[in-house]
Amino acid sequence: MKSGKVNYHSVHSIDEAITLSQTHGGNVKYIAGGQSLTPMMNLRLIFSEEIIDISKIQELKQSYFFQGRFFIGAAVTHAMIEDGKVNDPTNGYLQYVAQGIAYRGVRNKGTIGGSIVNADPSADWPTALLALGASVMIKDLTNDIETPIGQFHCGLMQTTLKESDLVKGVVVPELSKEAKWSYVKFCHKMGEFAHSIAAIVIDPNLGMFNAALGAAGDKPILLPRLSDYLKSVNISNNDFEIELNDILERDLLENINYLPSSYEFNLHRSIIKKAVMEALIK
Amino acid sequence: MSLISIHVNNQAFEIEIDDRMSLADFLRNTINLTGTHLACELGVCGSCTVLVNDEPIRSCITLAASVSGMSVQTIEGFEEDSKMKVIRECFSEAHGLQCGFCTPGMLITVRDMIIRDKCKTENQIRKELSGNLCRCTGYAGIVKATELANQRINNQEDHFVGQGEI
Repeated sequence: MKSGKVNYHSVHSIDEAITLSQTHGGNVKYIAGGQSLTPMMNLRLIFSEEIIDISKIQELKQSYFFQGRFFIGAAVTHAMIEDGKVNDPTNGYLQYVAQGIAYRGVRNKGTIGGSIVNADPSADWPTALLALGASVMIKDLTNDIETPIGQFHCGLMQTTLKESDLVKGVVVPELSKEAKWSYVKFCHKMGEFAHSIAAIVIDPNLGMFNAALGAAGDKPILLPRLSDYLKSVNISNNDFEIELNDILERDLLENINYLPSSYEFNLHRSIIKKAVMEALIK
Repeated sequence: MSLISIHVNNQAFEIEIDDRMSLADFLRNTINLTGTHLACELGVCGSCTVLVNDEPIRSCITLAASVSGMSVQTIEGFEEDSKMKVIRECFSEAHGLQCGFCTPGMLITVRDMIIRDKCKTENQIRKELSGNLCRCTGYAGIVKATELANQRINNQEDHFVGQGEI
């Protein structure tokens, strides 16, 4: 399998990338790690005459604290996060998610920006970052725009990006020491796209109580009832398990399109339950 | 077409190539290094694994044009590598290969795992190796060979440190 004809451009600044994209108008793809784009080009699912390599833009590889939060450049690879070459302001959450993505050969090239722009509901970062309350920094010709990741993903493999817009990176909160998190996914084969992903982030000091579910629909979702329940949950309470089961049942009935008798419904339920238990026992 | 300058196994090349050419095709067809194997060409099987700037990557889903200016090491480029020598011996000893198709990718991946110290338990080895498929399903031998190589390389290193201290 070989890609169709393309023209490859390597650029060294964000402005150069956006200007080049506009001169070609339309049929342009930005490529960073290319770990999803290149296979899709090889399968001829994507036809793009011009591809612009943004992986050599230094600005996109940086990460730093700003305004009490942490910015991670879009071209930061999963392996850099896994190896701790990027600060982890989330008590190990980002590092844990990164080490479980695909395989090392893929993590060495694949980028956090590429993962969220590809917007696969079964990929790791979209769900993980939704639970973390992250937002996406988008650069258009003139402005930097910050969009919460839940709005950025607007459908199956769809984002709010307009032609020539470029994702600069993601912004994540700095979690306090009291924060708890868990991240559980189910794959048939290690490293493949997950069949169910549950991510829980609880930080009372930030008022953050998030339970996210991925690989269950067009895009990852926050489970409203469970997220609310996490505010007051008491694991030593006698009714805990009954309450949890009830809330999960209602959340799934209202938010995903599977029958309660289906394999998928039960898979998602058990993966979320596992994640809740892991987060609360931590 | 793009002109790329690239170091492969310490040899410099400056060649004009088609922009859509993958690094694997460049290695195999343009400079005749056919030790890099191609199977799925989708980044799933790991048999095309090579080192780019000392990190293992999948050469079938990497455009050759994108690694211009970088250094590439293929399975042919490990003749002088002391770790690879041990790994090769262990793969032979522990029956870590049957047909040998996946072996170039396996060897390069295992070398990287040993360097990153990711061979502590059998489970960890299986997890780290999960990105390399063996269609002969000879995983038991491959895992055993990896354990053995990890042990020998670490013992060797301890030995050198010991001697250095004296």
